Amino acid sequence: MIKAILIFNNHGKPRLIRFYQYFAEDMQQQIIRETFHLVSKRDDNVCNFLEGGSLIGGSDYKLIYRHYATLYFVFCVDSSESELGILDLIQVFVETLDKCFENVCELDLIFHMDKVHYILQEVVMGGMVLETNMNEIVAQVELQNRMEKSEFVFISRM
Amino acid sequence: MALKMVKGSIDRIFDKNLQDLVRGVRSHREDEAKYISSCIDEIKQELKQDNIAVKANAVCKLTYLQMLGYDISWAAFNIVEVMSSSKFTYKRIGYLAASQCFHDGTDVIMLTTNQIRKDLSSPNQYDTGVALTGLSCFVTPDLARDLANDIMTLMSHTKPYIRKKAVLIMYKVFLKYPESLRPAFPRLKEKLDDPDPGVQSAAVNVICELARRNPRNYLSLAPLFFKLMTSSTNNWVLIKIIKLFGALTPLEPRLGKKLIEPLTNLIHSTSAMSLLYECVNTVIAVLISLSSGMPNHSASIQVLYTHTHRLFLKYLGLLAMSKILKTHPKSVQSHKDLVLQCLDDKDESIRLRALDLLYGMVSKKNLMEIVKKLMVHVDKAEGTTYRDELLTKIIDICSQSNYQYITNFEWYISILVELTRLEGTRHGHLIASQMLDVAVRVKAIRGFAVVQMATLLDNTTLLAGSGQHKSICEVLYAAAWICGEFSEHLEDPVHTLEAMLRPKVATLPGHIQAIYIQNAAKLFAAVLNGQQGTPDCQTMQESSQLLIDRLPLFVQSADLEVQERASCILQLVKFIQKLQHKEVEVGEEVTALFAGELNPVAPKAQKKVPVPDGLDLDAWINEPPSESESEDEKPVAVFAEEELRHARPHHTEVDEKELARRREARKQEQANNPFYIKASPTSQKDSTGVEHIPVVQIDLSVPLKVPGMSTSDKYLKLEEERRQRERKERGKKEKKKKKKREKRSGMGRRHDSGPESEEDIAPAHMVDIVTEEMPENALSSDDDEKDPNDPYRALDVDLDKPLADSEKLPVRAHRPTNILKSPADDGEVQEVPKEPKKKSKKEKRDKEEERKVRLLWLRCPNGEIQCTCTKSSKHKKKKQKKDKEKEEKKRKKQHGHSGDREGEESVQNGTLEEEPLPVCDIQGNLQNGSQVVVSIIFENKSTSFLKSMEFNVLDSLNSKLQRPEGSGPHDGLTVPFQLPPGVSNEARFIFSVQSIVMPQRLKGTLTFIVKADDSSTHEKLDFKLHFTCSSYLITTPCYSDTFAKLLESADLKGTSVRLQEVSLPFHHLLAKICFHHHFSVVERIDSCASLYSRSIQGHHVCLLVKYAHQTVTIDAKCDESSLLGNVLEEIKKTFSQS
Repeated sequence: MIKAILIFNNHGKPRLIRFYQYFAEDMQQQIIRETFHLVSKRDDNVCNFLEGGSLIGGSDYKLIYRHYATLYFVFCVDSSESELGILDLIQVFVETLDKCFENVCELDLIFHMDKVHYILQEVVMGGMVLETNMNEIVAQVELQNRMEKSEFVFISRM
Repeated sequence: MALKMVKGSIDRIFDKNLQDLVRGVRSHREDEAKYISSCIDEIKQELKQDNIAVKANAVCKLTYLQMLGYDISWAAFNIVEVMSSSKFTYKRIGYLAASQCFHDGTDVIMLTTNQIRKDLSSPNQYDTGVALTGLSCFVTPDLARDLANDIMTLMSHTKPYIRKKAVLIMYKVFLKYPESLRPAFPRLKEKLDDPDPGVQSAAVNVICELARRNPRNYLSLAPLFFKLMTSSTNNWVLIKIIKLFGALTPLEPRLGKKLIEPLTNLIHSTSAMSLLYECVNTVIAVLISLSSGMPNHSASIQVLYTHTHRLFLKYLGLLAMSKILKTHPKSVQSHKDLVLQCLDDKDESIRLRALDLLYGMVSKKNLMEIVKKLMVHVDKAEGTTYRDELLTKIIDICSQSNYQYITNFEWYISILVELTRLEGTRHGHLIASQMLDVAVRVKAIRGFAVVQMATLLDNTTLLAGSGQHKSICEVLYAAAWICGEFSEHLEDPVHTLEAMLRPKVATLPGHIQAIYIQNAAKLFAAVLNGQQGTPDCQTMQESSQLLIDRLPLFVQSADLEVQERASCILQLVKFIQKLQHKEVEVGEEVTALFAGELNPVAPKAQKKVPVPDGLDLDAWINEPPSESESEDEKPVAVFAEEELRHARPHHTEVDEKELARRREARKQEQANNPFYIKASPTSQKDSTGVEHIPVVQIDLSVPLKVPGMSTSDKYLKLEEERRQRERKERGKKEKKKKKKREKRSGMGRRHDSGPESEEDIAPAHMVDIVTEEMPENALSSDDDEKDPNDPYRALDVDLDKPLADSEKLPVRAHRPTNILKSPADDGEVQEVPKEPKKKSKKEKRDKEEERKVRLLWLRCPNGEIQCTCTKSSKHKKKKQKKDKEKEEKKRKKQHGHSGDREGEESVQNGTLEEEPLPVCDIQGNLQNGSQVVVSIIFENKSTSFLKSMEFNVLDSLNSKLQRPEGSGPHDGLTVPFQLPPGVSNEARFIFSVQSIVMPQRLKGTLTFIVKADDSSTHEKLDFKLHFTCSSYLITTPCYSDTFAKLLESADLKGTSVRLQEVSLPFHHLLAKICFHHHFSVVERIDSCASLYSRSIQGHHVCLLVKYAHQTVTIDAKCDESSLLGNVLEEIKKTFSQS
């Protein structure tokens, strides 16, 4: 199970947070700060796994992360997930974002947090991996966007 | 309609959307909080509008603010509104917001059940999809129960997109509602064969999650998974399956044999590193399970290791090793150097993993060596977190399994002493507790420990002076106690006594000072006792003088404990000194003060005390205290905390038998294990070879090296020498034996005295590890480790058993149709659902009784309210006399603004009373539709001036305190006046109420500042506001003809109640009903009267009261039966009280 997905930038500003277990808002912020603190002090050439987030999880949980340019993608998972599998999943997610936003950059995530959430919802659902096939994910996201557009046209015509 | 739409879209143009909000936040970097609070005000305005587009936009912005850490739970209801929009665009926004902020405690969730059900069955697959996604994040046990059947149906939806989501969400449903697992499982199993790979993957996902917790129940699925593993090409699915097999093989070794081949195939064919790694991992698991039975798989192990090396990721390699370690410690122990190397890695993850491994790798043989290496790392480590981690690991490693691996406790004590030299560690506690533990439990070490501790005490200045990190001085706590308790081992007690009473000690934390003083007294007693009988009594007099000189410093201490002990002991010493002058021998008497030995008690001992016959632990000793009382209990925590500090560390205690049994089992396993490297002459070199490694005396500039303290290094050498000596001796003996044997039988068996196996290493000196005390006839059940709260335990059910009827998932059905369908034919079935109802009624009654007790307790015999004076005069308590109330959790919130209705109403009259301060009286007025005005009279009965009063009530779903615009839902209202002593004043507060059919109790607090002559204190008063149903009634006159018409109309439902032994005259009785419950008399004939009242929401309430022979019968009618029931209940209460 995935317990949380956090995306934040090099300064620790959250760009997307998705907890699959309830934490109060202030606790969420503390977790983000702690995670950022743990992740940011690591060199780029060390391994992508990390144990010991004291706020989230416990011994069964790991932080698995990837660092892309200005953004950190951090998944907090338990031992039922394959570490390398999650690393691949992050890659899939980022590539999907890249397709949906056409050359994704931090600004896309900043201004379209909702859209990023919708894309993520097609990849992970309730803490479990829903789909790993990128084409399928992109297709579903686009179908839904088209539906939204058609509704909007409908509304503005009224 | 169209006009409204147009208006809406025009509004939208002027509204900020999410992008504008983000832009705004980014451009207001300096005053972000202020900008956002203005945005939240705007959002609140937007949420008030009727236009759903505006609302959705507002909710979308709230989702963004939630990410920034703002609480948006206040908008939960608006989120539900947006969720229920018919437009996909808005629905999606609503569900997203809900999935971000709803949780089990969100009360509006129960309103969503039907909406979600509607969305699940929507013809549009994306509506369904969005609902499933949202639900997966905030499913509650109630939702799971109500919707399980709907989701089950979706598992066979025509669209794969829905199927896969439905399958996946089932796991969440199982977790929240475990009863659904068995009925749903067959269909879940079917989905493993689904034509769509996505659905298949989802099913594998769910089953793997389930199987991970209770693998045994899923063994029967192995053939199915085996087929999938050989056919699937989806790496994700393969990884999951292979992981699952890893969990299954230990349970079924035959499975392992079959797996080896396909797994090796995968290893050779796949290009995905992740899959490769998982394969390797499972191969390890398989080999482990096989190795006991199968002869030779060294080839496969070779494959494995080459692959492990190819996996350049050290981290995962270490992880895999820790798995092997659990069953095959020997094969990993040979890689000790590799692991130790990893401690030098710059990556902390890898270092921590390596540390973890070391924990499992130690043996009696290598413990000292490993710890020594670790100590080197401790000195080198940069960053306190890692150093602290090292420190705890060292202690963990040494103390594991009840100090199983420690052969020389002198060495261990010196290690602990060395660790105290670490600067800025947070684990002073840990070291201290280890010292205490070892000193108490290992009798033989006490002499050595005491000497070491005395040296530590002598260096107090070093320890206490070392900076702001006070934690390390906890060690002194242990040191002082050990020196005091085992003072007979001290070389120079007078010197230590002097060291313990130095003025510098006063800078230590209070609890340590207290220990110092107490143990100084013990030492003093020891000195007296030691000098007894010697002619020279100068030492005695000197030491009592020393105490008398030094103790006054502690008598002035701000810490209560220190002060108390110091003054107590000071007086004692003075008395002793007097006796000394008279040359009376006091040594024995003083020693008697501290007589008796403290024995270690097992942490579980208390739990194991058997319950004596006839003692019922669940029975109340006293009646349960009221709620208000329980809040006062908080200070107790202070003591609990204190206790914790003294609590001894927990050990996984293993008694000797158990140890022996395990050892035996291990030997057995090793004997059967072909991979276990048996003792051979070549490996002997290894162990003795340690001496050939040039031991460089690492003399890092240890700043706090304490002269005269033992270093642990020398023990390492000593130990080696000792072992060698022993080995030689043993060798000699054995040679002799051998010779004899060889002489006796020609074919002497080859018998090498290889390196000592674990058991051969004799401890350096006879160490008596005192086992911890257990109570007599302790119960030997050891199953108390299981956590009863484990959510996964409920899912441990047999899945192969056929389904019983009672296990069918609850199917939604309209109750009336149900009754129509089966009017009489099966009465039994109808009986069943009734039972829980009855039960709940009974429960309710029980609860009510309990409540009565509480109320009686609150009330004084004469009907007034008692004031309990506690402690100081500033302390106060407010209690409110209240009629009974019913719980109304399950009631659904009525939404919509009921039209403005005029009316007046008085919220019932509880006399609030509290101690010297305000007495309050509630008189409520109802102005319109759903508002209630509560007027409260504050009276200051104290002699102090009260100001800055703030009134706050915890809103319930139904009743809310109206607060001015812009204030948060938890802000308090300022009472607009101050209260000089003896003055009273009235303040009014408006509450909005949604439903009036149930009584309601609101909790609130009043905070205020008490201004005394010289100081002012902040005080708080808790109270409860009770909105009874009677308080929603308005005295309304009614004419007898209208009244008759009302009674005739069919809308009113009737009920009646009988009150016995009412001794009041009838007109008093009527007056009482009218006054307390706001009725007006319509007509009265002799001892019979009709009364009428109207609720603020227009319900008619008619009463017919008859009085005869001290019995009152009230026949009542009302168009709202629950309201009527509650009102009657309240009337009953009124009379039962008088």
